[in-house]
Amino acid sequence: MIGLISYLVFFTTVAAILSIAVLGLNLQWGNSGLFNGGVVAFFGAGAYTTLILGGTPQEAHLGGYQLFYPLALAGGMVAAGVMAWVVGILTLRLRHDYLAIATFGVAVAFENLMRNAEWLAGGAQGLRGFERPLHAWLGDGFTYNALFLIFVLLLLIGTYLFLQRLILSPFGRLLRAIREDEIAARSLGKNPARIRLTAFVIGSVIMGLAGGLYATFYAFISPQDVLPILTFQIWAMLIVGGAGNARGAVAGAFLIWAAWTASGWGLSRFAPVDLQLYTGSIQFVLIGLVIVGMLLWRPQGLFPEKLVVSQSGRH
Amino acid sequence: MTDHALQASDITAGYLPDLPILKGVSLNAAQAKVTVIIGPNGAGKSTLIKAMAGLVKVSDGQVLLQGQDITNPRPDEMGARGVAYVPQSDNIFRSLTIRQNLELVLRRARGERAAKLEALFQQFPPLAQKRNQKAGALSGGQRQFLAVAMALAINPSVILMDEPSAGLSPKAAQEVLEHAKSLTEKGVTIVLVEQNVKQALRLADHCYILADGRNQLDGSAADLLDDPVVGQIYLGGKRVAS
Amino acid sequence: MIQHLVDGILVGSILSLGAIGLTMVMHMLRFANFSHAELLSIGAYCALVFDGVFKALYPPLGNVVGPLSLTWALTLSILISMTITAASAILIDLLVFKRVRSKGGELSMVFASFGVAMIIRNVLGLMFGLQAKLYSQDIVFAVVLSHDPLLLVKPDQIFSLVAALLIMVILHLVLAHTTFGYALRAVAENPNLSQVSGINLNRMIILIWIIGGGLAAAAGVFYGLTNQINPVLGRDLLLPIFAATIVGGIGSIYGAAMGGFLVGIASNLALLILPSGYSPAVPFLIILAVLIVRPTGFFGEERA
Repeated sequence: MIGLISYLVFFTTVAAILSIAVLGLNLQWGNSGLFNGGVVAFFGAGAYTTLILGGTPQEAHLGGYQLFYPLALAGGMVAAGVMAWVVGILTLRLRHDYLAIATFGVAVAFENLMRNAEWLAGGAQGLRGFERPLHAWLGDGFTYNALFLIFVLLLLIGTYLFLQRLILSPFGRLLRAIREDEIAARSLGKNPARIRLTAFVIGSVIMGLAGGLYATFYAFISPQDVLPILTFQIWAMLIVGGAGNARGAVAGAFLIWAAWTASGWGLSRFAPVDLQLYTGSIQFVLIGLVIVGMLLWRPQGLFPEKLVVSQSGRH
Repeated sequence: MTDHALQASDITAGYLPDLPILKGVSLNAAQAKVTVIIGPNGAGKSTLIKAMAGLVKVSDGQVLLQGQDITNPRPDEMGARGVAYVPQSDNIFRSLTIRQNLELVLRRARGERAAKLEALFQQFPPLAQKRNQKAGALSGGQRQFLAVAMALAINPSVILMDEPSAGLSPKAAQEVLEHAKSLTEKGVTIVLVEQNVKQALRLADHCYILADGRNQLDGSAADLLDDPVVGQIYLGGKRVAS
Repeated sequence: MIQHLVDGILVGSILSLGAIGLTMVMHMLRFANFSHAELLSIGAYCALVFDGVFKALYPPLGNVVGPLSLTWALTLSILISMTITAASAILIDLLVFKRVRSKGGELSMVFASFGVAMIIRNVLGLMFGLQAKLYSQDIVFAVVLSHDPLLLVKPDQIFSLVAALLIMVILHLVLAHTTFGYALRAVAENPNLSQVSGINLNRMIILIWIIGGGLAAAAGVFYGLTNQINPVLGRDLLLPIFAATIVGGIGSIYGAAMGGFLVGIASNLALLILPSGYSPAVPFLIILAVLIVRPTGFFGEERA
């Protein structure tokens, strides 16, 4: 029983962290129509920076500044934001495919840098030497994990409320206006590139927060955690939940994460031994099918309309 | 058989299904005559031309070519039916040479391509001189002539022109319009949208005035030129009380 | 130094073939097609299969051509692979992209292409295994072209370069001297006008997939011939090919051809100053540099 509950706590924590990242993507894609092909890079920037700033000194690589945890987490968010700003300022004036390619490139380059630059973040070995905050008081057991889950859930709710306010604010209306009709928005004297840049940076900062929490939860991060598959998973969550719909996005995150975990478990348990090597491939095909299938048959997501209506009813 | 080469009867059309720009417009273009469409900005003049060319979806009403229903044709098949459309701007391929622009339109006429090309160059000597230059390097007036030459290449019975004089010097505008008029002598039907009302009325045979997506007035160009109401529409840009 | 330059040119020709098709598709259909590089993988595996089939049907085809490791069977297979890959590209368009397009989801196309890429890549992995394969087990020794500075080139590499250049020259002749070529350029410049000029856009889309798929298949086989074939071949070449299209300016066919060589050379020269582990990141640095210096690319039209 305790085993099941502690597994549920573990599962919910990861799903809630990924939900935060999905909310960030929803601001970029769902509300602003900005394609981010490298979600994992911004997630990773948050994760690595949080651990570098908050960790204990290590001989082999940078870090160990032992910053007060909230500051380390904020530092991770800033790092993700700065990265987004650089990519955004170079591409958001151009056709939308430039952003798609550049963000994809950032993710490839980020993972490559983390894997190779041992002096920076431990290379392929990953980044060690991080003590989870309040670890001395709470220990490593169930209590810690339950409290950490509550912390993550509070941040998830906070992010959700912040984004709801943001999209109902004049800025959110501008975002929608630009998405609908860029030329009209420009004729109103607004600079669409600047507004899109703001939305892109805010979305990436939120992904950075998710990354920071993820790294905190495991007290460890390595290049294996910032592989492109994470980007695809986060997209699938948003597409399944319904782009533009924040509550749907969170539901999509839990659903896809459950399906991913279950399929991984099922394949490792029931697949013949000689196929074990290929379980990853099968899971990747499945997530590819989810993305393509949703776009073909249910582009509005599984949880659309009703929630969208209730949102617009609040105007 | 009617003497109307091209007819639009009571058509509703627009870019978005629930936002019609034309709200029941009719037009009859007589064979081998110049029909001009005028009206204030946003009246739907260009939309009407595009709807007849198959570029804007007609949701209600009919477009007839020589009495035959061609409503919502595929734009790439209009040439084969003998209807050419000359857009207002971006009406030539800048990255191709003048010769390549014309050969592109002539590409179906395999055996006769060279002869037809020469015939067009004879008709437009300034283009012949620059045949191997990129079309993007042409002046505004010459571009318009190239666009007209591309339209003529398919031996059309009807040419739809969207503001052929836009952005041209008065002299070049006059030349383009007069050339269009001269085509009617060969039996070609011309339908054109013009901002340059006076000039257009002087050379047109028939004129339609649109306002707010509806027919406002129509009549012989000579009559409308003298009509005080027409002047009023253009000075005030308002609808005449109906 | 000279060795890196030559290697760069050899890789560059492969990137060029991929980038030409990609830039045409991106320009015409207005989306970044992340599944384009998977066409290289399809091409490479397809040739592998048919190479085996031909050798089994008629063993003399297994003889090598001159000093190359390339067999007559593989030469035939390249042509078949180009056809089948082109057909696959059309099929993918019909099954996925065309349907997403018709729903008005221009932006969703990018997502769809990622999904398609994942499916193709992993299905290839499931079909052919994750380990690398080679067209020929024979070891072909590199030829020493020069001792000082030392310059080694394999005959297969020369063949790939010449064949790639030949394909590009043929494409150039088509673009510059046939009305079909004018139509391709016309569609690239102004799809609306090309439609009223009598060009059937749906037919052009199919033709562009045929060209893109055919060139990608050739690139895939040449890559397999000079390196090795594995399911992540497409994934590894995707970013360099994208970089080539950006260097050339998206939509510029000649730009993409030059861009491929530039990216190939720059990536190889970068190995002079960077440890080789960093080479996958080099195309991204090239993209950044182009976006800073000249966002519309070095050969493209002034259009953002």
